[in-house]
Amino acid sequence: MTDTTRPPASGWADEANRSNIGLKRRHARSRRLQGFGIGAIALAILMLGTLLWTMVSTGYSAFVQTHLSVEVTLSPEEIDAQSPGDANYRDIMQRAWLSSFDNVTEENEGDLLSMLSRGAELQLRNLVIDDPSLIGQTIQMEVPAADDLDQVEKGFVSRATPEEYRIVNDRQIEIFYELKQDGRVSTPFNTALFTEADSRFPELAGLKGALIGSFFALLVCFVLSFPIGIAAAIYLEEFAPKNRWTDLIEVNINNLAAVPSIVFGLLGLAVFIGFLGFPRSIPLVGGMVLALMTLPTIIISTRAALKAVPPSVREAALGVGASKLQTVLHHVLPLALPGIMTGTIIGMAQALGETAPLLLIGMNAFITAAPDSMMSPSTALPTQIYIWADSPERGFTARTSAAIMVLLGFMIIMNGIAIYLRKRLETRW
Amino acid sequence: MNALKLSVAALVASTAFVGYAAAQTREQIQIVGSSTVFPYTQAVVEQFSNTTDFAAPVLESTGTGGGMQIFCEGVGEEFPDITGASRAMTEGEYELCVENGVEDITEVQIGSDGLSIAVSRDGETFDVTKAQLFQALAAQVEVDGEIVDNPYTNWSEIDDTLPDAEIEAFGPPPTSGTRDAFVELVMMEGCSEFEAIAALGEEEMEETCSRMRQDGPFVEAGENDNLIVQRLQQNPEAVGIFGYSFLYENMDTLQPVSIEGVEPSAETIGDGSYGVARPLFFYVKNAHRNAIPGLQEFVEEYVSEESMGENGYLVERGLVPADEARREEVRTAATEGGEFTRYAD
Repeated sequence: MTDTTRPPASGWADEANRSNIGLKRRHARSRRLQGFGIGAIALAILMLGTLLWTMVSTGYSAFVQTHLSVEVTLSPEEIDAQSPGDANYRDIMQRAWLSSFDNVTEENEGDLLSMLSRGAELQLRNLVIDDPSLIGQTIQMEVPAADDLDQVEKGFVSRATPEEYRIVNDRQIEIFYELKQDGRVSTPFNTALFTEADSRFPELAGLKGALIGSFFALLVCFVLSFPIGIAAAIYLEEFAPKNRWTDLIEVNINNLAAVPSIVFGLLGLAVFIGFLGFPRSIPLVGGMVLALMTLPTIIISTRAALKAVPPSVREAALGVGASKLQTVLHHVLPLALPGIMTGTIIGMAQALGETAPLLLIGMNAFITAAPDSMMSPSTALPTQIYIWADSPERGFTARTSAAIMVLLGFMIIMNGIAIYLRKRLETRW
Repeated sequence: MNALKLSVAALVASTAFVGYAAAQTREQIQIVGSSTVFPYTQAVVEQFSNTTDFAAPVLESTGTGGGMQIFCEGVGEEFPDITGASRAMTEGEYELCVENGVEDITEVQIGSDGLSIAVSRDGETFDVTKAQLFQALAAQVEVDGEIVDNPYTNWSEIDDTLPDAEIEAFGPPPTSGTRDAFVELVMMEGCSEFEAIAALGEEEMEETCSRMRQDGPFVEAGENDNLIVQRLQQNPEAVGIFGYSFLYENMDTLQPVSIEGVEPSAETIGDGSYGVARPLFFYVKNAHRNAIPGLQEFVEEYVSEESMGENGYLVERGLVPADEARREEVRTAATEGGEFTRYAD
């Protein structure tokens, strides 16, 4: 008896039964696979949800900032209208603040003064320099509260913690609640988060420097990688002969796309800063490093887009007498452009979030002024997050998450544009 | 045609940039160095850029060793002007500097910083000696007169007075000045109390004393001290090793472990009774003083009484100031560019 023996005719029913058993098993297997798939998706959603939830729940509080209102008298004796920048605004601000309390003693003076942010005097200084006609008047100002007080307002300081372990003491908290009852505490939108550069005081720190730095770096990255990438892709796809050399180049480009970004950072450090003598920390070098990283992505997506243009278009163009160059530039490239744009935007979004190469070229510096050109030192969004995450002050915990949300916001916008372009402009053949 | 034009334009632009970069003179002061000195320098940088019209200085945290490497690379505007250090410059680093033409430098001691060992407020604090810390954290220790691989996994195995808790310590990596200081001030001193180790030759002894264990209880937590703070909050039994300024900022969630019976505080570090404190420095390239606008003023701001004095704004961040005579001495040397001569001969 061998396995190949066919069943007798009377066995057809058995056969059907057996195939039924097999079918059941196959269905079960398919259900199991689907189950695993759904499980995987659920797990992914759960992780993404946890990430977003932690980010939003710790970061939302950084979008508002506690302000205190204070009445400041700008007397002409103290502020010289000719040189308003030289007056002692720290002193003016402190006296104005103290004068709004009636029971100031030597003991609680320090408590009162430390409720005010250092930014208050700067705000006053800028106000007067912008508008010297204010001198001689009494003005009402909303100045930022110190970070410790901000934490109280946001409910991050528990009064159950013994007083000596808290940075704000009981008296300060009491004064703060009194101020609140008098309506002298407000919590407006934290505009400083977008209009100020970095600071060591959380209540004054903002993303302006990082946003401008990231913008310059991306601009340089785009200006370099977009034309070079497209030119390389067009040559490889449309003109290059198929031989061992072009194969080698193709393999290398595909490999480059997978090289860890920190390697490009090291390359940038050695070549742009070490050999060419560019200064450290500038967005120009950052952009050039990011361009190296983005190039392979753009070349690959451009080649894919060119490949997707049907040969009939090329043949028709050549058939009516167009040259190879005219065919490519007048017909193939415009048709491939939506695909190229999509690839480029996704490459740019990647570059926006890239941190490692920027750390190596020194774009993680502490700079209190926003850059005014691509040659002035600055940070970028991801490196700013890195710096804030490392700062000991409590207020930076929320600001780190807020900065991450801003970065994610830009990513979503960029990827949204890419999807829109693909949906609206892409031709399907 | 667009793509071609664009790429030509890009090439022209990039060559122009190279020329521009070479021709530009640097306006900002550039500072690198220790992550421990970073918060103090940060405060001075902010004060300086808010009160003067000079361009905002650029401050990077590279670690003490990394900072020295970049600092000693040469004289010229592409090299930093100042480097912060949580230990004095070593002879090797000085030689590297001299080799690259960086001969005229000034050492400025801004004050000191205690190294603190801390546990979460949810945990139990305890009192530990340097010898016990060595036994808990070294790769090799002495047991019954023999030098063996560290067998301890629980604090109470070392001494009954220590808590019955698993040894888990988060500390800085070897590139950090904090690690160098910890090895020098705790491990070296602690291990010299053991006879069998003291009997070793000098080189062998130094190696045995400075090797931290790699079998798990000592975790290198990277340069990010905030991360250590967070991990301590999650695990009340773990201890963390970091600069005193981090403990100071986090007193509501962390409590100090006392070493040799003394808790770290501004007083105990200042008067020297807390045994694990180290001086903090920055180094200035004197050749840059006239070339970089604002450098001289910046150094003057750093050593002024408002910043590193008794009630200065650096003290607010946890710096322990030097005594008055020493500050005066440092101030004169810093403003006049006194030469660093410790290794010169």
